Amino acid sequence: MAHVSSYQPSTAIAKWFDDRLPIVRMMHDQFNVFPMPRNLNYLWTFGGILTFCLAVQLLTGIVLAMHYVPQESMAFDSVEHIMRDVNWGWLLRYMHANGGSMFFLAVYIHIVRGMYYGSYKAPREVLWIIGVLIFLAMMATAFMGYSLVWGQMSFWAVTVITNLFSSLDSIIPGMGTTIVEWIWGGFSVGGPTLTRLYSLHYLLPFVIAGLVVLHIWALHIPGSTNPTGIEIKSKSDSVPFHPYYTIKDGFAMSMFVILFAGFVFYAPNFLGHPDNYIVADPLVTPPHIVPEWYFLPFYAILRAIPSKLLGVIAMFASIGVLLFLPWLDTSKVRSARYRPIFKWFLLAFFINAVALGYLGAKAPEGWYLTFGRLCTAYYFLFLLVIMPIIGWIEKPSAMPGSITDDVLGKKPATAKTR
Amino acid sequence: MKKFTSPFRGLVLSAAGALLAFTTLTATPVAAAGDGPEIKAQKWSFSGPFGMYERGQLQRGYKVYKEVCSACHGLRLLHYRNLGEPGGPEFSEEEVKALAAQVEVQAGPNDEGEMFDRPGKPSDAFVSPFPNKEAARAANNGAYPPDLSVMAKARVGGPDYLYALLTGYKDAPSGMTMSEGMNYNAAFAGHQIAMAAPLNAESVEYTDGIAPTVDNYAKDVSAFLMWAAEPKLEERHKVGFRFMIYLVLLAGLLYLAKRRTWSRLKH
Repeated sequence: MAHVSSYQPSTAIAKWFDDRLPIVRMMHDQFNVFPMPRNLNYLWTFGGILTFCLAVQLLTGIVLAMHYVPQESMAFDSVEHIMRDVNWGWLLRYMHANGGSMFFLAVYIHIVRGMYYGSYKAPREVLWIIGVLIFLAMMATAFMGYSLVWGQMSFWAVTVITNLFSSLDSIIPGMGTTIVEWIWGGFSVGGPTLTRLYSLHYLLPFVIAGLVVLHIWALHIPGSTNPTGIEIKSKSDSVPFHPYYTIKDGFAMSMFVILFAGFVFYAPNFLGHPDNYIVADPLVTPPHIVPEWYFLPFYAILRAIPSKLLGVIAMFASIGVLLFLPWLDTSKVRSARYRPIFKWFLLAFFINAVALGYLGAKAPEGWYLTFGRLCTAYYFLFLLVIMPIIGWIEKPSAMPGSITDDVLGKKPATAKTR
Repeated sequence: MKKFTSPFRGLVLSAAGALLAFTTLTATPVAAAGDGPEIKAQKWSFSGPFGMYERGQLQRGYKVYKEVCSACHGLRLLHYRNLGEPGGPEFSEEEVKALAAQVEVQAGPNDEGEMFDRPGKPSDAFVSPFPNKEAARAANNGAYPPDLSVMAKARVGGPDYLYALLTGYKDAPSGMTMSEGMNYNAAFAGHQIAMAAPLNAESVEYTDGIAPTVDNYAKDVSAFLMWAAEPKLEERHKVGFRFMIYLVLLAGLLYLAKRRTWSRLKH
């Protein structure tokens, strides 16, 4: 796309086809000879791992949908039917359930990598924004998928989260209630809710797949950034995607699958909640309603704010604010490696996010609530205030002259002159 | 590649450490119930990555379920054929037929349009003790004896919890006022449970030399209920082991191939 094509059709048929649909040319240019920085570390392998996760969820999900029954009185039993009577059903279902967790684990590492190395900075803002949209679509898909099990935690998670919209009643009385009843398809979470969640759970992954294509397209215009944040300047800075990164990504993926398989085969219910093995019962509320682990930081933000409406706004804002990251970060230096002040505040931000996850699993009272509020404050303070200010006042440390200089360990070419 | 020191290295290392702690935690499930008292982890033949059920224990556990629990608790997600399937109690085909035939199953309609009862077949689902929730409550002073099909996965602690519950009946501590018809149980959340102590020594006959104690009954029936909730555990562990060997070999080969490929570059 951004480079001159080097594809040479080797046969007459290939040439004939290439003149009509140059898809082989595109694959050759984008995934074979595409120039990649030669100094990427293993954090850059998570893009490939995420594509793998999406493929696993799609394939297992499509087969599961052949056996699952999205009907109030049969949903829970049909999941158990898959676990007991469908050939390899237990494997498909545990892969799909744990696959969701693995998907989020990988996407969080991917986001952390992007933030640390400034992958969102010009000219990659659109790439970053599409990434945030993928993250949002993933969250919606995971939430709907979790509801389909129709256990106690599924049912009450749907009840709590859909009820958030009723907070709009405090703006226009009746508006929130109307929206919630429209979402439910009735006056409570029930059969009509389940069927629409199922339908959307099947639709959204394909939306994600489409966004992933745009994400890769936007990536391949400027190409990947790298730990130095310095763009490719000469031929010695880059290597072709194949074989260098196909093999490196392949190795990283195999390590990731070992972790994934560890959960699937040896601790398939560790990341789940026991209450979801109890059939949904609208008359019995579980003592603690907690979302899946990957939603906990946002759940903590929701509950840190005393007002329901403001809590909902804060929760959505915590993701929405990420869309503006390219402009909130005022520094010209891309990689945090050369940003002596920023990197510590950023590290604190990551630890803060993990702490929010821990607090999200606890009842919002006493010290848990106090810390939940402090962590929520730092989350927004860092992104909205600290980040822009550091960019203005920070003096970057010495940077290598090029990727090659960095790899070969040459002394920094640009001394601390600023 | 040039070595670099950054907070990232620390982050990656601590993440790896957390992951390690995580996997060790999952390997030895010492569970503490949310509100209830601590549940002690028991030694189970099926725990750990190579764990398998013990045939004799599952068969004894089935006997305890059949003669004691099944009076009030169903196993509606199981079929009698499951009792003979690999990875379970593995009763013989004749035994499964005989066990299934002990229950009456409603079938029909026949040629006259009438429903009729017939002896159970291996393909039948387990017959629950009560036709519906209301009947179950009516027969149990208003308390509902839950279905046990996935109970071993539906409580924190799983089979450890079931064992602790079944052996947790004690006299209520002085000063604690019990509600009418409730029993004190050390493992139950709130300590007041409607179910009376179900197991009594020597109430179920064991023919394989295992002592007929409450402790053994509780262990055996908890293991049986774990199988009922997770009937594919043995297959999972076996497939997992082969898959892991394959994966580790694959990862090793990919690592060597990666090193060889990258060694072409000047450093």
